[in-house]
Parts: sequence; C-alpha cells; structure tokens
Amino acid sequence: MVNSMFASEFQLFPTQASSVAPAVDLLTLFILAVNVGITVLVMVLLVVFAILFRRKSESDLPKAIHGNVPLEIFWTAIPSVVCLVMFFWGVKVWSEIVVAPRDATEIYVVGRQWMWKLQHPGGQREINSLHIPVGSTFKMIVTAEDVIHSFSIPDFRVKVDAVPGRYSQMWFTATKPGKYHLYCTEFCGTEHSRMIGWVHVMEREDYSRWLNEQAEGGDGLQGRKLFTKLQCITCHSDANKAPLLEEIFRKEREIGFMDGKPVAPGTRVLAAESYLRESIRYPNAKIHRGFSYPSIMPVYDRDLVSEEELLQLITYIRSLKQGDTPARTEETPSPQPTAGGEKTFAAPGSGNK
Amino acid sequence: MSTINLDRGLIAGADGGTTTAPAKAPLNYLNCESTVASWLLTLDHKRIGLLYLVGITAMFILGGTFASLIRFELLTPKGDVLSGDSYNKTFTAHGVVMIFLFLIPSIPAVLGNFLLPIMIGTKDVAFPRLNLMSFYLYVGGGIFLSLALLFGGVDTGWTFYTPLSSSYANGNVMAAALGVFIIGFSSILTGLNFIVTIHRMRAPGMTWFRMPLFVWAMYATSLVQVLGTPVVAITVSLLGFERILGVGIFDPRLGGDPILFQHMFWFYSHPAVYIMIIPSLGVASELVTTFSRKGIFGYEIIACSSIAIAIFGFIVWAHHMFTSGISPYAAMVFSFLTFSVAIPSGIKVFSWLATMFKGSISYASPMMFFFGFIGLFTIGGMTGLFLSTLGTDIHLHDTYFVVAHFHYIMVGGAIMGYMGGMHYWWPKITGKMYSELWSKVSAALIFVGFNFTFFPQFFLGYLGMPRRYHEYPEELQVLNVLSTVGASVLALGYILPLLYLPGSLFFGAKAPKNPWGASTLEWTECESPPHPHNFESNPPIPDHVYDYSQLSKEAVRVSH
Repeated sequence: MVNSMFASEFQLFPTQASSVAPAVDLLTLFILAVNVGITVLVMVLLVVFAILFRRKSESDLPKAIHGNVPLEIFWTAIPSVVCLVMFFWGVKVWSEIVVAPRDATEIYVVGRQWMWKLQHPGGQREINSLHIPVGSTFKMIVTAEDVIHSFSIPDFRVKVDAVPGRYSQMWFTATKPGKYHLYCTEFCGTEHSRMIGWVHVMEREDYSRWLNEQAEGGDGLQGRKLFTKLQCITCHSDANKAPLLEEIFRKEREIGFMDGKPVAPGTRVLAAESYLRESIRYPNAKIHRGFSYPSIMPVYDRDLVSEEELLQLITYIRSLKQGDTPARTEETPSPQPTAGGEKTFAAPGSGNK
Repeated sequence: MSTINLDRGLIAGADGGTTTAPAKAPLNYLNCESTVASWLLTLDHKRIGLLYLVGITAMFILGGTFASLIRFELLTPKGDVLSGDSYNKTFTAHGVVMIFLFLIPSIPAVLGNFLLPIMIGTKDVAFPRLNLMSFYLYVGGGIFLSLALLFGGVDTGWTFYTPLSSSYANGNVMAAALGVFIIGFSSILTGLNFIVTIHRMRAPGMTWFRMPLFVWAMYATSLVQVLGTPVVAITVSLLGFERILGVGIFDPRLGGDPILFQHMFWFYSHPAVYIMIIPSLGVASELVTTFSRKGIFGYEIIACSSIAIAIFGFIVWAHHMFTSGISPYAAMVFSFLTFSVAIPSGIKVFSWLATMFKGSISYASPMMFFFGFIGLFTIGGMTGLFLSTLGTDIHLHDTYFVVAHFHYIMVGGAIMGYMGGMHYWWPKITGKMYSELWSKVSAALIFVGFNFTFFPQFFLGYLGMPRRYHEYPEELQVLNVLSTVGASVLALGYILPLLYLPGSLFFGAKAPKNPWGASTLEWTECESPPHPHNFESNPPIPDHVYDYSQLSKEAVRVSH
C-alpha cells in the first residue's frame, strides 16, 4: 500500500518530499557555504596568527595598529552585502512557503493536548495521521483547542503554529510517496513528545480507495447534525430572524454593527473561517446589516461547541447551496436574546484577519 | 573597624593601610576584616563580587545537574530515566536556573562588580548599599526560585508561553514567576549602579575613550538591564493577574491574546541574550590585547559596536515568532533587523584577529579560553544566519537546530568568555596563581566536549527533531548518543576548575601584581589582591588604555 521508509534508518539530511523542499535546501546550502567560508577563514587566521606571532621573547613589544579604514570598510561592507542577499533570497523562498495556491484542497486541523485531529473536505476525519495523494496541493487551516501547538512536517520543510482563537494556514504539495513524520513543535505540556503522527503520501489510486473506505457521510454530515442539535436551524432558516447561510462562504457580507456600534453603510467583511468562527463564539462582534443589536443569537462558547465541532459547522455552512437549508421543525423553541456580558466582546486576534 | 568599608570620601592616604596591617601580609580587601558579618554585610564591591561568585557557582552546579539529567534521558529514544512530566520540569529548571540565576548575573555581578570601579580608577560603585541589596534580592529570589523548581516544579519551559502557563500548567508557575520578578530587580539595580558609576565616578583623567573595553561592555549591558528587565516584570505580573484573578489578557478563552505574551516576553528575553553575551565580548577584548601585548585594533569601533548590539538587541524580538502568525510585513522587517545585529558582531571578531596580527601572542591559559571562545562564538553567530533568514527559519524553528545555535552563543560564547575572564582575573581577585597545566586541560576538554555535544544537534534540528521532546524517533538515536557522550566530556571540563581554582587558594603560588603584563589599572596600579580602597591615591591615567610601551620590563615579565 504505502512504500514506507524504515523507521530506524540512519540519515543525516531529511528527505525532500514536497514542492518547496528543494528551494529551502538550496537556500540552506548557500548559507552553509557562507558559514563554512567565514568560519574557516576565522579559524585559519586564528591558528596561523597564533603560531606565526607567538611570543618569542619576554621583551617583545609589538607596535599597536589602531585601525585601518579601508580594511574596516571592507569587513563591514562585504558581510552587509552577503546578509542582504540572504535576506532577499529568504523572503523569496518564504513567500513560496506561506502563500498558498488558490486551487488548494483545504483540510482542517485542530491541535489539542495531546493529539492532532484532521478533517478532510469530504468529512473524513483522522487523528495523528494524514493521508494525501502525491502531486496534489493541500492547504491546512490550523487552530488549537487549548494551548499553542505547532504543526510541523520536516520532510516537507513546513511548519505553522496552532494558536487557540486563530486560524493559521500552511500549504504543501507532496512530491514523493512515503511515510513522513508529523510533529508538534511548540511545547504544549506533559505528553508533548507524544503529539506526533505520520503523513502518508499515497499514489492516486491508493488514495481514492482510502477515501472511499473512510467516507462517513461527507458534506459535513456531522456539521449538519450540529446545525439542528444546536438549534441554529431555528433562526437561520427564516430570513426575517437571521441571515440565511446558503452560498455565503468566502463572499463579502455587509454588516450593520461592529462591537456594538453602527457602522457606515457599505462596510463589508469576508465570510471566511475567522468571521464564521467569531460570529458563532461572539455573535455581537459583527452583526449583518438589517439586524438589530444586541443579537438574538446565543453565545456558543467552548462549553457548547468545541473547536472541532466548530470546524464541522463551518464545513457544513460552506457546503450549503441555494435552497439547501432544511425546514425548521416546530418543536424547537426560540432562543432568548443575550445582552451585554464579557463574552459578547470580540476576541482580540480573532478579528480582522 | 567598619570605616574601611563605609568611608566614601576622597581616597585615603597610604598610611591608612600600612600602619594597621602586619608587616608580612600587606593590607588587602580579603584580610582587612574577617568576621562573618564583615562578609555578609560588606559594602565593598570586591567582596560583593565574591559573594556573587559563590552564589552563581552554586547555581551553575544546579543547572548543570539538570542538564546532565536531560542528556542522560536522551541517550535512548524511549523515556526511561524520567517520566514525561519530570523531564519537562527538568528542562524548565535547567533553562530558568542557567538563564536567570547563572548567565545573566555571571560576568556583570562577579567580574563587573569586582573590576568596574577599579578599571575606571575609583573606590567603589556609586551606591554600595544598593549593591548589597542587589545581592540579597538575588539570593532571596534565587532561593525562592530554586525551591519552586525543586519542590513541585514548573513544566512550562523557561519561556512561560501562555495559555499553557496561565490556564493549563499545574506546577509552581506563580512561585517561579515571582522569583523571576524579584531577581529582575537585582538585575535592574546592578545595571543602574553601573551606569551611574561609569557616568559619575571615573577618576580624573579617565575620559570615555580611555575606559577599558570591558567597561564599555558593562555599560552596554547595564543599559539593556535597566531598560529591558522592567518589561519582563510587567509580563510576569500580567501572567499573575490572569492565573490568580482570571483577568483575560493572554488566554483567548478569557478574551486575551496568547501572541501578546510572546511579544512582551521576547521584548525582554531577546535583549537578555545580549545581557549574557556582551560582557563576554568585553572580556574577549581584554584577553586578546593583553595576551597579544598589543593595543587593540579599532578601539572606538569595538566600544561603539557593544552599544550598537545593545540597541539593535531591542528591535529584533519578533524573530522568535516567525511561525506564530505575525503579519508578513512584520516578519520581513524583523528578519531584516536581525541581520543588522550580525554586522557589529562580525566587526568585533575581525578586529580581534587584527589585534593578534603581528602581536606577541602568549599561550597562557586565559588565551586558550579566548581561542575556544572565538571558535564557538563564530560558529554560534554564523548559524544564526539560518534562523534570521525567513525561508530557512520556518523549517528550523523550535527544532534542535535552535538549541544548538543558542548553546553555541550562551555556553560556547558567554560561558567560555566567563571562564577566560575568571582565569585572567583570578590572580588579581585571590592573589594566587592556579595550575597552568590543569587549566589548559580544562580549556581543551570544554572545547572538544562542547563541540561533540552540540554540533550533532545541528543535524538533529535539520532532520526536524523538535525541542523539548522527552521521546524521539529511533533513527535519531546515533546523533543523540554522540551528544550525550560529548556532554560527559564537557562536564569533566567544568568540574576541573571547581577543583584546581579553589585548590590554588591553599597550594597556589603568590600572584605578582601584574602576572600577564596587562595595561589596565587593576594590574598596573593595584596589588594582588587589591587594597580595600583599591588605590592608595588617585591613579595616573595613561592616554591610551592599551599602551604596553609604558610597562616597565619588570612588570612585563611573566612570573609563573
């Protein structure tokens, strides 16, 4: 099934298994060359001077050289130029690492003490492992349930911190089938070193077979169940009570209130993951134009909806097509409005992203 | 009896000492008084320096013991010596003790206290009582912190990142934070004392550009201590508000922002790296000129580069946060600024080499430590370039590459410089010569052991081994075993001076006034060990601080 590397095989350099790895390694080699060059120069001069100019007599009294302007300009200018080259080259490689291609398939990742939970667009869920086909581009949307973690795949040369309350991004295209380490690289408590797993890069046929075996409903089935269970359906099925959520994902939405204050007509926000998360956790942070403040929507804090469930809800919302919203059933009671309270404020860091 | 220490008027005449001391041993700061109180309540900067020496040596042994436990555990991929929780508490304790209780006070509080007033030709620091208070804040905070780490422990890492430290960790986080808070004041007061001393207490004729480069380094360090340390005090206070009172500052569940903590923490803790390394750079400048017996190359540039490093040190902190989701523009600015620190550091290394050029180089043991220092500091500095470059830092961040890099700077640079300084000034401080043979063996063991310990970690890091891992994949064992073996050699290198240096007090030959043929005031105008008032009258200040032509043939003769 998967050509796995032997776990105990000794190696000195990591495998190049993603599209950005060669660029990172090339830059590394350049810096290494500069390192070796300068370090060897310093060591050789040190040893040569120490031998050549060793004290021959206790009455030696060498003449001081107080400075040499051309020499000093030389050893200030040359390292500065070399540093500038590293800086610009570094920015170039880094922009390749951080700017995801538009056509990437999105996978949601939640880190928690002490495991990685991953969710594929089709609803397949994995813990501490990730199955992907070779050659396709994936974007990880990463957050954390509790403390800060960091999602790291060394053979892909990529890493991003999983910060509670934020969605970070990371992308890669695997170029070589195999089994690669997945680590948590931000210290997260007692079992930090067990928050590890494997990335399985599979041939396309193997991957399709795996997907079919794993499918458990798809289209955010879990999210759809939550949508009813949490009674989102009560209002979000009636455009007079709350905005309908069909085909809103990644669209501009006009808002009427922000942090409790009316905003100018035409103020828009992008309904991406951060906005949806904020609207669920802190309904009063931004209110859609045409609805009143405070919102009648209850605050769904962590006790009601976990980060993982939140992502399932988002998956469901993004799958909603025109006319998909299920009809409200009569037995669900109407929620009471929530006014004021500390939890209605927007979480710093979760807004304007 | 106490007039010797308390009298802070003009420098006393020569009669003050000679009439009271026995004919054989001239009066010095060690034999002038011998009661326990005369040590514990001393206001003499030299005695306070020695008190610190005892304190930081104890802390170095404690921190080193934790380091040994870590390396022992990492001998095998599975967690077998320590449980996960104990391992986490051990590396936290190692980091906290080594950074806050050893490295930050090491050179400034021991050598700086002892030497700074002498080097600028004065009798004491500006505020001797404050100096003693700094010491007791250090002792109080140190005991508090050590107890918190030993009994119960803290498992957050020395970085105390939120929300792990504020809402999740169960250990003595608040006790440790309080310890850091108290020690911070010790650091601030020492820095303040040094700044005022350098500004106000220089002997007549001691202009700014006649000060030894060690004093310039102390000045730069003190600026960072005074300006940076209050921020860490504020940060741990806010941590306390959140952990004890539940005020939402850093924990997103309470409406806080965990990244804010990282900004505040590194705003102090990055400059703190310079508190640790700049003093060693100052020591290195003293060593290279003395043991090449040649005026330093580019005195003004080296002096100003210490100040430049201190200032740049304040504007690079976010390079610790390239993967934590800071804005791309911020990341680029901080990467660029980080490169700017490389330039003054490079200038120093090249200037030291130029000082050796056509010098008369002695192989005395302090110079051996200097050679080791240059080698390790250069590797440490150069490998920093991988981490300031954005494209490579993403892969290397939070791996063993970072661990190797900062140990090359902190242990290879800062501690090697401290060892060089201790060996250089030991005859002045104690009046005794130590064993040249054993000290050279120690320098060699430290250099070899150090490289074996930390060089393999660069490879471990590039392979992706994360920091702070109690267990690791099997294929990484070979490199970890190498590292642990190296650490054993390194430990031996550090144990030796703990034996032969104290041993020299009993068996060492009497140190002459100027055994190395150095040109600064502590050697040319002060006895070994110095008079309680340092000088018997205002010392004459030469036009150039490193002018060896002024030394008489007698002073130049190396006596061992």
